[in-house]
Amino acid sequence: METLLYVALFAPLVGSLFAGIYGASPKTLLTGIVTSALIFTSFVASLLLFLHLYSGGERVHVEMMDWIMAGDLNVPFGFVVDQVSVTMMLVVTLVSTVVHIYSMGYMEKDKGFNRFFSYLSAFVFSMMVLVMSDNFLGLFIGWEGVGLCSWLLIGFWYHKESATWAANEAFIMNRIADLGMLIGIFLIYWNIGSLQYDVVFANISNLDITIVTWIGIFLFIGAMGKSAQFPLHTWLADAMEGPTPVSALIHAATMVTAGVYLVIRANELFFLIPDVGYFIASLGAFVAMFAATMALVNRDIKRVIAYSTLSQLGYMFVAAGLGAYWIALFHLVTHAFFKALLFLGAGNVMHAMDDELNIMKMGGMRKVMLGTAVLMLIASVALAGIYPFAGFFSKDKILEVAFDGHHYILWGTLWITAGLTAFYSFRVVMLVFFGSERYKDFGFHPHEAHSYMLWAMAPLAVLAIVAGLFEHQFFDFVHMVLPHYEFSEHTHHMVGQLIIVTTAIAVTGIAIAVFSNMFREGLFSSAFRNNFLYKLFDNQYYIPKIYDEVFSKPYKELSEVFWKQIDMKIVDATVDGIANTLYATGEETRGMQSGNLSYMLRWMVAGLLVLLVSAVAYTYSDVLLTLLQGVAK
Amino acid sequence: MIAMEHYIILSTLLFAIGMYGVIIRKNLLMLFFATEIMLNAVNVALAAISNYYGDLTGQMFAFFIVAIAASEVAIGLGLLIIWFKRHGSIDLDTLKSMKG
Repeated sequence: METLLYVALFAPLVGSLFAGIYGASPKTLLTGIVTSALIFTSFVASLLLFLHLYSGGERVHVEMMDWIMAGDLNVPFGFVVDQVSVTMMLVVTLVSTVVHIYSMGYMEKDKGFNRFFSYLSAFVFSMMVLVMSDNFLGLFIGWEGVGLCSWLLIGFWYHKESATWAANEAFIMNRIADLGMLIGIFLIYWNIGSLQYDVVFANISNLDITIVTWIGIFLFIGAMGKSAQFPLHTWLADAMEGPTPVSALIHAATMVTAGVYLVIRANELFFLIPDVGYFIASLGAFVAMFAATMALVNRDIKRVIAYSTLSQLGYMFVAAGLGAYWIALFHLVTHAFFKALLFLGAGNVMHAMDDELNIMKMGGMRKVMLGTAVLMLIASVALAGIYPFAGFFSKDKILEVAFDGHHYILWGTLWITAGLTAFYSFRVVMLVFFGSERYKDFGFHPHEAHSYMLWAMAPLAVLAIVAGLFEHQFFDFVHMVLPHYEFSEHTHHMVGQLIIVTTAIAVTGIAIAVFSNMFREGLFSSAFRNNFLYKLFDNQYYIPKIYDEVFSKPYKELSEVFWKQIDMKIVDATVDGIANTLYATGEETRGMQSGNLSYMLRWMVAGLLVLLVSAVAYTYSDVLLTLLQGVAK
Repeated sequence: MIAMEHYIILSTLLFAIGMYGVIIRKNLLMLFFATEIMLNAVNVALAAISNYYGDLTGQMFAFFIVAIAASEVAIGLGLLIIWFKRHGSIDLDTLKSMKG
């Protein structure tokens, strides 16, 4: 079992290093094949570990070696495979395998082909470290690793100004949140003296509740950054500058769910502080609706899906915040499948349209790319939450949880959001694949993607359809480590009605999207576009602008002051002063080096005298001192 | 009676004269004379101190210095003659090939 664990963990690293060797050389298909094969190996190892645990095996816990041994601080490189981490491992490696194979087709004309695979595999390795670590510090290393790889991949086309800007934005936003997380980890070490999950969670209930609250808040700030929750959400939509497979893998299926994973992993901590949990749930519900409204009107296919990711992450946080950790994990898993599928489909569309993202310029594309249309339709239905697709089961459970806790406001928000979700996902599908063929006016000649790319997406499509049916098996599997969430009797009776109500609004959303696009082009007429709400949504609530005005511009001005006043006048002046002094001294004394022997001899004598005088003065220093004191008196 | 101090004073005076010569003379030949004076000032001091302590080491050193000074002067004068043949002058101010 230990070997399997090491294989699952290190196969992506080997792949990354292998592709890295060819990083600067021209494209070789070999790198794509080798990295894909190694990720698949990792997937198989994860699957075997899963089967081991599923058949009732003990969790696998290894300590590879000592890492930090300083005083009382003892952090080993330890890894644990239990029901939660194996679920994450399976999702990560499965989606990664698909994305790797898909990328071989997607990136085939790109100069940075080898580099891309190196980064992508490095990301998978970091993500595996994140989910498999048995302590907070290892998790943090993985956390930073995925942040780094995300930065590399968003800015993959570094010659584009917008891509580098987006990469930096994502990195800086995450750094702000990571500071919070780091403080949380410090607090844990300070109060418990260990960072191992086992030790921490065994002792957490002995701590003062205020400290636990602070730990919870700071850890959640870290989670907010990685999972792009309000107010640190702006980076996710901008991260769509990266290649689409990256958006599918990192900014939809895996990395952004790390925040949810952290909350689930630290469930014993968050269990003690229901108030923080309620805050998490409220923020989640707010983000779910907030992001969905932005997705309603956006005309950029990838941004719509990115906002939808934000919205779904909000759903996960509602479940996690209300203590239904297994449901949060369940939605994380199903969401990973259909969202990755949606993004890869969008990638096909983009490729067909020569990287055009505006859905208003598409339409009727099902005629040229039927395979992609079917796959995206499956993903959209799953996202909208229609029975028996995967999204139905997990999303519905979250709504039930909100209803069960008598959080009717949360429930209402999520319920409306479910309708919005259905609307915007079908708005995209309708505008892209149905209706009149607007692309012809713009001179595009779309073509279907390689067949192996579609085949690579097929497993995700199958899972997007059937994953929800395994709800009970999933529950039986994870509840060994995650707490059981008991629904009250009242809710039990209501489940039927709740499902009907939720499905009704989802179907309504779909219907509006379909009909509005069938009879005229889009729901939003030109008059409607001048509406205040439309403008608000379209401009992302003016938040990027506000951030620009409130943070970026004053910061720039402050930097200017520091640059001109402090750096130029103090720091630089000191450094230049030293150099100038030396220079002037040299200029003055270079007369000594006249080359004239006579002068040199005089200087030699002068030096001799100085040495002689100082030697004598040193020898008789005490006598001289007494003399000087006598003079002073 | 000529005491120890007298020798030392003589030696110091000779050394100072020699050093003065080194500093102000411009003629290379004169410079040689000045250095010879300085060397012999040291010899006087060595011999006197050696006699004072009844230790022969100092006097032996003096002999060595005389011998080395002789060979040094021989080489020095040789170089000096070659220099004079080449440049027609042994004035220090004309010796400026090292000027940076």
